[in-house]
Amino acid sequence: MYKLLLCWRYLRTRWIALASVISVTLGVATMIVTNAVMAGFSNEMQTRIHGILSDLVFESHSLSGFQDPVWHMEEIKRAAGDQIAGMTPTVAVPAMLSFQVRNQWVTRQVMFIGIDPATHAQVSDFGQYLQHPANRQQLSFDLREGGYDTTDSQSPTETPTRPALEHAGWPHRRMRVERERLWKQRLESQADQAGPTRPVDQQVDAVLAATSEDEPPDDAAAADLPRQNPFQAARPEPQGRTMDPAKEQFTGIVPGIGLASFRNREGIDQFLTLPGDDVKITFPTAGTPPKAVSDTFTIVDFYESKMSEYDSNFVFVPIDALQRMRGMIDPQTGIPSVNSIQIRLKPGADLNEVRDRLRKVFPADLYAIATWRDKQGPLLSAVDMEMAVLNILLFLIIAVAGFGILAIFFMIVVEKTRDIGILKALGATATGIAGIFLGYGLFLGLVGAGAGLALGLGITWNINQIRQAVEWCTGARVFDPSIYYFFQIPTIVNPATISWIIVGAVAIAVGSSVLPAVRAARLHAVEALRHE
Amino acid sequence: MSKPTRSSFGSTMLEARQVRKRYKSGTATLEVLRGVDFELTRGGFTAVVGQSGSGKSTLLHLLGLLDAPDGGEVLLEGRRIDNLPAIERDRLRNTAIGMVFQAYHLLPELTAVENVLTPLLIRHGIWDWFRRRREARREAEELLDRFGLAGRLHHRPRQLSGGEMQRVAIARALITRPQVLLADEPTGNLDEESGAGIIEALGELNRDRGLSIVLVTHDAGIARQARSIVRLTAGRVETVAPAA
Repeated sequence: MYKLLLCWRYLRTRWIALASVISVTLGVATMIVTNAVMAGFSNEMQTRIHGILSDLVFESHSLSGFQDPVWHMEEIKRAAGDQIAGMTPTVAVPAMLSFQVRNQWVTRQVMFIGIDPATHAQVSDFGQYLQHPANRQQLSFDLREGGYDTTDSQSPTETPTRPALEHAGWPHRRMRVERERLWKQRLESQADQAGPTRPVDQQVDAVLAATSEDEPPDDAAAADLPRQNPFQAARPEPQGRTMDPAKEQFTGIVPGIGLASFRNREGIDQFLTLPGDDVKITFPTAGTPPKAVSDTFTIVDFYESKMSEYDSNFVFVPIDALQRMRGMIDPQTGIPSVNSIQIRLKPGADLNEVRDRLRKVFPADLYAIATWRDKQGPLLSAVDMEMAVLNILLFLIIAVAGFGILAIFFMIVVEKTRDIGILKALGATATGIAGIFLGYGLFLGLVGAGAGLALGLGITWNINQIRQAVEWCTGARVFDPSIYYFFQIPTIVNPATISWIIVGAVAIAVGSSVLPAVRAARLHAVEALRHE
Repeated sequence: MSKPTRSSFGSTMLEARQVRKRYKSGTATLEVLRGVDFELTRGGFTAVVGQSGSGKSTLLHLLGLLDAPDGGEVLLEGRRIDNLPAIERDRLRNTAIGMVFQAYHLLPELTAVENVLTPLLIRHGIWDWFRRRREARREAEELLDRFGLAGRLHHRPRQLSGGEMQRVAIARALITRPQVLLADEPTGNLDEESGAGIIEALGELNRDRGLSIVLVTHDAGIARQARSIVRLTAGRVETVAPAA
């Protein structure tokens, strides 16, 4: 009983010991915050990756793919049908995307993916990442008559609005066609006679001013333009018949939002091109050797998974169009080929078990079958590794705090030598004396870890406000949302991790009080009593 | 403080037989006790006198099990106690032997009443303590009251005078109802008047309660208050004599 009483009294009178606890507190708080943020990032990343990839990917090694996806899907169903919730064939080829911004052609290297609009949304979260509400319900590669979200549907409150998308769709396309027509007229009339301003020029200026927010009519620049229609290239020659671009579209595509826009320092998305614009894509055919072919497509929506790697790399197109353009349909039988089949499993199904079952059925030299974790394995394990290393390093902070406690406890043992002698004279056992200091260490560990817990959770739950405050104070950007496309720092508080941190911190505090406690227990009663 | 029965009166309470104690400092060895025989009868009051360095405090430490002799035996009621396991010696210190020191040796973090309760706190675990705490506290308060410290229960040692601190220390030694009280120069740090009060209190305990007491002092005047006097010189017993 005296142990408790004395621990309590020492805790109340020895504030220096509490100072040593501050480093325990800080260590615990840092570990909690770091783990929460890392877990948040990791989880966010995994959900994104998993949202993009289906559970299982069944693919061929060759770029030309394998024939007859329907037969393959039936075979897959036969092998593991009880676990499968949905399947969709895809074709993926590397390609180049070109689109025109003002008068310059921008070309990007992309992954050109043919998907089945009817079934693709069944196997991944693809549908949720689109900008038109109707497309999120059921994807259509037909251009919509406006109605694109001007706010980010995935985090409506946290991100700035995107006013540019307000006129996207057919209105944007018609406006563009009208502008092109007027441009052409103006250039032609300028070619006829370079005279005083005619009514048609004023009309052109009026339309330009009305339709262009970020492109004010610049007469000087316009005058420098070469005497050719700059939009000629963007509007390819229709094959066989003339098409009216104001009323018709090319094959629809859905590029990643990162291809079509960039995020400026204020976090506002600036669009280079919008749904309704036409783009050119150059891709290899399925023959050997592959030949590069180009075709024109109309943007019908944007894809925003918030993983910049995917958002600036993926372009989706209807699978039948891609198969036709690449020559993946057998001219005799009409049976198409695909690169891969995306498989979604039923909830609770064992990914690896189904993968192994399929691997037994399909020869490994023809097909690669992998789970989404396998595909992102290096990235996921790198994140796990990072977390482990970081935890070890941070735990060293608490270990350093342990040495602080050790030193201060030795000091207290020396200071309290006489009291220890008194207690021994009154019949306290060696274990009892050791118990005082171990208990004291336990108290300090609990206090330190408790304060650290409170501090850590406080920081974690308010991390975005703290980030804003730091950014406001320093003017520097702490968290750049353009990298991962989320505006908030994601956090996940994992009770198991926190328990481990607390247990570890308390163990270190108790552990570092063992040596001083043993020293106190071994003190000789008479010598201790004589100690001044 | 059970009153000894008539029949047991006069039998040996605490005994040292040919105890020796050496202290080593570096190469030099200091023989503090060179075979000392000492006997305290039940209900006895013996003063141990001698000059500084004569070994009287060391003898008291050996009797109180604070230190172990290098030779000889210490017996309590005829039972050898110096070679008991540490835990047994701790228990005896906590139950059978009360000690009072020259420097009072109170715990500065605790109040007077808590200091008095310390031996009982040591004796009882948390559970036991919560069952007995009221009784124990009442007893401690009564003891302090008897020593005229009723108004000082919740003072810290540094708020008390020397005499008051020593009376708290005696109360602490008595709360365990020991069979024997060992006092090491209890008046050494006190003025004459306070010292006299302490000695008087010890005498009273011996007379009225039959408490066996060993009192170490260098003051011949104080020693005369005891019933018998043992004089130590250079680690040996010089004389044993009844007090005048």
